[in-house]
Amino acid sequence: MECSFALTGKDYVLVAADTTSARSIIKMKVDEDKIKTLSPHLLMAYSGEPGDTVQFAEYIERNIRLYHIRNLYPLRPQSAASWIRRALAESLRSRQSYTVNLLVGGFDTADKTPHLYWIDYLGTMATVPFAAHGYGSYFASSLLDRYHNPDGTLEEGLDALRRAIDETAKRLVVSPGKYTVKVVDKDGVRVIDL
Amino acid sequence: MSIMDHNGGSVIAMAGKDCVAIASDLRLGAGAQTIAMNFEKVFPVTDRLYMGLPGLATDVITLREKFRYLTNMFHIKESRPLQPSTFAHLLSSTLYERRFGPYFCEPVLAGLELTPSGTYQPYIAGTDLIGCLNFAKDFIVAGTASDKLFGVAEGLWEPDLGPEDLFETISQTLLNSVDRDAYSGWGAIVHVITADKVVTRTLKGRMD
Repeated sequence: MECSFALTGKDYVLVAADTTSARSIIKMKVDEDKIKTLSPHLLMAYSGEPGDTVQFAEYIERNIRLYHIRNLYPLRPQSAASWIRRALAESLRSRQSYTVNLLVGGFDTADKTPHLYWIDYLGTMATVPFAAHGYGSYFASSLLDRYHNPDGTLEEGLDALRRAIDETAKRLVVSPGKYTVKVVDKDGVRVIDL
Repeated sequence: MSIMDHNGGSVIAMAGKDCVAIASDLRLGAGAQTIAMNFEKVFPVTDRLYMGLPGLATDVITLREKFRYLTNMFHIKESRPLQPSTFAHLLSSTLYERRFGPYFCEPVLAGLELTPSGTYQPYIAGTDLIGCLNFAKDFIVAGTASDKLFGVAEGLWEPDLGPEDLFETISQTLLNSVDRDAYSGWGAIVHVITADKVVTRTLKGRMD
């Protein structure tokens, strides 16, 4: 089943999402990247109803890009997250709503701070130091309560993330096999091999 | 379990002597799972009016943004201060607009109303999710711990409390009520509004 995790550290945000694309009990694909780079310093991990997820993520990606092109500067993480939340909240009260859960992580280049937002399909948004979606959240939230350090180095953050992923692999019956891990900091976005 | 209880959270407002207080817990959950412990549900409307919004968190944020827009528009158009009683009816009619597909919030207001003689009078009010106004002289409660809040507030509240005594009363009422509610808690935030200032304090509760 789908799992995504994210955590902040000293001047960075780590975002991880599993790579499986499943339909019912069948794995259709095992190398799907479910973390979009919305702007040079903004990441979004998405999960939920297949179809809705990609459709919604691309809609968000294109609109954030359009803002960047029009204004020559990107939306800051706080503003981008608010806009994405509003898109979901408005969709919720439409005839066909998007069933998409998000983790939005970004580095604000203006005041040099990392930001992480937990957003669910209802349009609920929370500003958090660490977050998770899916069955993995039952293991990750308690582990990260204990091991997360908001001022930790990237290496410490990766250790905490590994704990969460390893515990999910160990204890969850329907655990995913592989994850993509991305980090965003002052230098932008890069992929990390765990 | 109702959609009103999905995210949990509680708000209480109390009237004192020339002051009012409003407080909320800080939990944001998704069912029984706690997501965040920093989710404030009380927002400033004017310098002397605060609004608490317990209920479904997506609507808490949406309504907070909607009323920020509406009060800003009032200030631009009318260029006069927005009185609590005026805002209460704006709140009521805005919620009733969605009579058959409501926002799942039960707002609570606490503020000081300017009287014709130039003094300020305590004003507290609450509504249900479709905007039925409820004025009270003593206290207003809402949220997942509302039943417990009613009981404790009924026992602790007394008339004509000063700002410091009112702070103690509202804080003890909220903290002791949310301890008996699994969907509320994780600390609290209290605003005490007097004519010349607002004092905001963040409280630690039982952090479990």
